Amino acid sequence: MTLTNYLVLSGILFSIGAATVLLRRNAIIVFMGVELMLNATNLALVTFSRLHGDLTGQVMAFFVMVVAAAEVVVGLAIIVSIFRTRKSASVDDINLLKS
Amino acid sequence: MTFTVPEIAWAPLAPVLIVLGAAVVGVLVEAFVPRRVRRPVQLGLTLAALAGAVVAVALLWDEVADTGGTDVLGGSLLVDGPTLVLWATTAVLALLAVLVVADRTSTGEDAFAPQGAAVPGSGYEEAARAAGLQQTEVYPLVLFATGGMLIFPATGDLLTLFVALEVLSLPLYLLTGLSRRRRLLSQEASMKYFLLGSFASALLLFGIALLYGFSGSLRYAEIADAVRTVGGMDGLLLAGSLLVLAGLLFKVGAVPFHSWTPDVYQGAPTPITGLMAACTKVAAFGALVRVMYTVVPDLRWDLEPVLWTVAIATMAVGTVVALVQTDIKRVLAYSSIAHAGFVLTGVVALVQSGITAVLFYLLAYGAATVGAFGIVSLVRERGAVRPGARTGAGAAARVPALASAGSTADVVGTGAGAGAAAAAEDRAGVGTGAGAGPAGADADGEEPPVEATGPVLGEATHLSQWAGLGRTNPVLATTFALFLLSFAGIPLTAGFTGKFAVFSAAVEGGAWPLAVVGVVASAAAAFFYVRIIVLMFFTSPHGGPRDDADEEARPGAVVVTSQGFAVVAIAACAALTILLGVLPGPVLDAVAGVAQLLP
Repeated sequence: MTLTNYLVLSGILFSIGAATVLLRRNAIIVFMGVELMLNATNLALVTFSRLHGDLTGQVMAFFVMVVAAAEVVVGLAIIVSIFRTRKSASVDDINLLKS
Repeated sequence: MTFTVPEIAWAPLAPVLIVLGAAVVGVLVEAFVPRRVRRPVQLGLTLAALAGAVVAVALLWDEVADTGGTDVLGGSLLVDGPTLVLWATTAVLALLAVLVVADRTSTGEDAFAPQGAAVPGSGYEEAARAAGLQQTEVYPLVLFATGGMLIFPATGDLLTLFVALEVLSLPLYLLTGLSRRRRLLSQEASMKYFLLGSFASALLLFGIALLYGFSGSLRYAEIADAVRTVGGMDGLLLAGSLLVLAGLLFKVGAVPFHSWTPDVYQGAPTPITGLMAACTKVAAFGALVRVMYTVVPDLRWDLEPVLWTVAIATMAVGTVVALVQTDIKRVLAYSSIAHAGFVLTGVVALVQSGITAVLFYLLAYGAATVGAFGIVSLVRERGAVRPGARTGAGAAARVPALASAGSTADVVGTGAGAGAAAAAEDRAGVGTGAGAGPAGADADGEEPPVEATGPVLGEATHLSQWAGLGRTNPVLATTFALFLLSFAGIPLTAGFTGKFAVFSAAVEGGAWPLAVVGVVASAAAAFFYVRIIVLMFFTSPHGGPRDDADEEARPGAVVVTSQGFAVVAIAACAALTILLGVLPGPVLDAVAGVAQLLP
């Protein structure tokens, strides 16, 4: 069934997003990785919604979009305030808190 | 096509509605009430809302105890016995934590930055501080977080679970970054918390998508049915439930998702750490228990090895790493990780008494945590005043590389971020010039003469600064010792009853190896709690453990006087800790009487 291709794509996108979060060093890029993970999830939700023939998954996708938008607001505020303090958004420079 | 108006039972929703409603009103207060009266209004509103939530839970209690609970909003929210217990616990602990948040102490300053957006060390921040600006936005933020925490353990479907998770997390990310002192640490903690937290929510969300794909529904009950009936898609089900559990385990701070805990607990403003440590844990464990007991109990043979490993690793890592910490907030953070492991033994047991045990443990642990962090917020450093530093720092108003005497020399030394090496944690005039910034350049090699009456600075979090506290402030130190004994699980404190309950539930559920590891870990953990007590009572000031070169420059600790709020909160926590330890019977019976989850 061709719909499974969407699921495979969603899995690939999610993995790319997760790898971005774990490997990249710039906070903005890391954050973009998180957003990619959320959007990959949306694709999976909509595909499953189509597979099951009910709308719950699509409703969920809308909620995810709203939450992602709220997360962007909070996240960028935090990253920008750090950047203005240190002139850097690299997560490697952020290492004051160590045991 | 017709639109059917849904039937909503408003009464069982009252606690959540009160808290979230007050949060929205709080935002309006922020916009329309003049600054002069804003703080009393916000504080009154917040305390009234949380107290109202407790009263609303009490009013619901009898009916739920009789009927076993109801589902509202078409099953999105399950108001049953465990929900009520968790609501009451969260609301009471949040109320106590808000009292600590509200306390400005004798210094007249609360724990929050005058302007969160101001760059640390900038002239703008100094102007905001000099103008005496005080954040009151923290109260609505705390209420929003608390509202999310109330919804989180009560959800009956995965959509509400996700939304509640974000509603509780987003305000906490912001609150973490708003510390008045040590702002670099605070902002860094906020960013770490945010990035790791959003990663964990993304994992949880993908797990939700997979579970939806498996079952065709987001309802817990329907997913549980599908687990029993649908075959051939075990991959989706297992991957989905593991991802959902990973998201929840992140929130409780279990190994291997614990790495944010010490950093965030250390960097956040101390009153917020208390709120976070106590209430977030209550909410997250509530949700975890519900998922484990009602959604995936039929997967227990697949999930058990994973959860056993997580529980054992959490107890071991939390205990072992806490042994070598030198910062009191980090000690408490690793102790909270160890406690997450102890509670997990009760969750993994998957027996009825496990629910009661977990609920009781959360109350006992939360009370001691709020109290302990309340005390930490009162023990401050007294800065050293070096004549001439004021002019030196004031001239270089752009980036005054300030550090309070000694205690952040390590901070400044490593903060080599592109010339802004400003650990601008305290007001101008107390810099010792330990940094590499322009203001500190003239101070090389000078030993600052310590005056006894320097300004009171941030919290004295280094363990060596707590030496001899029992001699100078016996009441405070005794209360702190009480909380530590409760963490350690010494009999006649609440912690003992809680530990006894979860370990006996684990044995009953056949998880006796977990109980054995738990007892061993408790014994090892008792060592570092007792070490702190010995340090406070039997060591003279400045005679504590020395670990680094800048020890000489570390200022002594001074206890600031509370305005009364924090004292009330700490006293209530201490009373709760003793009461639940000496007479746990009535509370245990009441909890056990309603500890039945709705399917």
